Amino acid sequence: MKIAVCVKQVPDTWAEKKLRGDDSTLDREAADGVMNELDEYAVEEALKLQEAGGGEVTIVTMGPERAGETVRKALSMGADAAVHLVDDALHGSDALATSYALATVLAGRGFDLIFFGSESTDARMSVVPAMVAERLGVAQLTFAQKVDVVGTSVTIQRTTDYGFETVEASMPVVISVVEKINEPRYPSFKGIMAAKKKPVETLSVADAGLEAEQLGLSAAWTVVEDFAARPPKAAGTIVTDDGEGGVKLAEYLATQKFI
Amino acid sequence: MSEVLVVVEHADGSVKKVTSELLTLARTLGEPSAVWIGPGYSDAAEAALGEFGAAKVYVADGAQYIDHPVAPRAEVLASLVSEHSPSAVLIASSADGKETAGRLAIKINSGVITDAIGISADGIATQSVFGGSTVVHSRVIKGTPIFTVRPNSTPPVAAATTPTKVEVSVPVSEVAMKAKVTGRTVAQKDGRPDLSEAAIVVSGGRGVGAPEGFAVIEALADSLGAAVGASRAATDAGWYPHQYQVGQTGKTVSPQLYVANGISGAIQHRAGMQTSKTIVVVNKDPEAPLFELADFGVVGDLFQVVPQLTEEIKKRA
Repeated sequence: MKIAVCVKQVPDTWAEKKLRGDDSTLDREAADGVMNELDEYAVEEALKLQEAGGGEVTIVTMGPERAGETVRKALSMGADAAVHLVDDALHGSDALATSYALATVLAGRGFDLIFFGSESTDARMSVVPAMVAERLGVAQLTFAQKVDVVGTSVTIQRTTDYGFETVEASMPVVISVVEKINEPRYPSFKGIMAAKKKPVETLSVADAGLEAEQLGLSAAWTVVEDFAARPPKAAGTIVTDDGEGGVKLAEYLATQKFI
Repeated sequence: MSEVLVVVEHADGSVKKVTSELLTLARTLGEPSAVWIGPGYSDAAEAALGEFGAAKVYVADGAQYIDHPVAPRAEVLASLVSEHSPSAVLIASSADGKETAGRLAIKINSGVITDAIGISADGIATQSVFGGSTVVHSRVIKGTPIFTVRPNSTPPVAAATTPTKVEVSVPVSEVAMKAKVTGRTVAQKDGRPDLSEAAIVVSGGRGVGAPEGFAVIEALADSLGAAVGASRAATDAGWYPHQYQVGQTGKTVSPQLYVANGISGAIQHRAGMQTSKTIVVVNKDPEAPLFELADFGVVGDLFQVVPQLTEEIKKRA
């Protein structure tokens, strides 16, 4: 079984995120980079399936050189190899360009399962897995809270507002996972040491056979007109409960016409 | 006037509130045509769409469109876009909605903007990003603009029309049928409004302390007709089901009123609720960062304050 896990380096969840003044893209230098949290769950799920059924787990990422840190983390969790698409021409790529680049890198490598986290904590669009499935013409099994593989058949529980849908398809499939699915492992010391020797294939846009004019900020089909920090909220009223806190709160809600 | 497609969100045959909001918004951009995909269309549904100004309703009424996730919906929409050349497509920012928008964008070679909280008459979308800390205005510059719009961002305003029903039959491709829905499991029908579109959300966090603690949260929610939410600390601890998680890796909500109980207010949580119109915080820790966002806050034990509030609301009802 050949498994790919697409991961993304994002600004640390706890850091303040900003847009750049010059080109309105995310300022990736302003904060420490970490592996997108939900992608850790995707790596974990891939490793669990590998432990149960064998095969190889390949990490795929697209991003600047420092995204190599995220690749190493995934390798130290236990993945076998990695492909890192890195090129200045990728800077500012939107979801359409990202899905084009990832689908091109993934196609032809014979992956049976292609994992993603269901959203990145920076862009929060949740569209790239569906777009990659669309481009590859393979089944989309997204927002999975449970994944079962039997032979070449894959069944997931797709999280919905009311509970879940059971969705089935045959390999190859694109899977995105939600955090409910598992508890990602921490890299062990042994894993960290082993990761240093694992193969990382670095690809430029040209190496990957991508057309540069379909990538980057200049190819984006949306443009940012302007942006601004949200004006700070005026300080509210804070009271200390003196035994009548609930009543005071009710009075406030009444003045605001909620009750 | 140019046609604007509005994809209808429906459950059990009834039109969801977010669709009324999208139709209202669509009227500022052109003439709304609702698109109903899946079984369950009825006269009542048509009336509900007409009430908010749908001039036409395209009805693709067949189980094949929902028995495979997302892909058939994108095919129906791509076919409508190529046939009718609308000026924009509006879809609710649900998981299905965003994925449909993404696939549609590829099919029709168009730009897509997700999670808009407003769209101006000239097509400039407003988004609130990075946990509500930054407001961005952006525009689609290629193809037919596709927008997904967050629930609760436009107050629905009625503008009654009698819609023309147009039956649509789009064959679903084999590729779109590769993934098949074989079952639907309702985890919990609690009778409360949907978390993502509720006007009022009452949430509990670490301070709730145990699964049983959520009884006071639920009681307050029910007194207000609200949905119940939970912070990640509470869902990770197993005190409340994951699908109710509000925050960066859970749902993003933007209700008229958000009542946070025993939630300290990590960025993780704020990212999911910061755009709520009115925020009320109950926490025994006066240093809890969520008080910075509060319009009204009570420093106190939620197990004292919340039941008292619930009683007070019942008295006033």
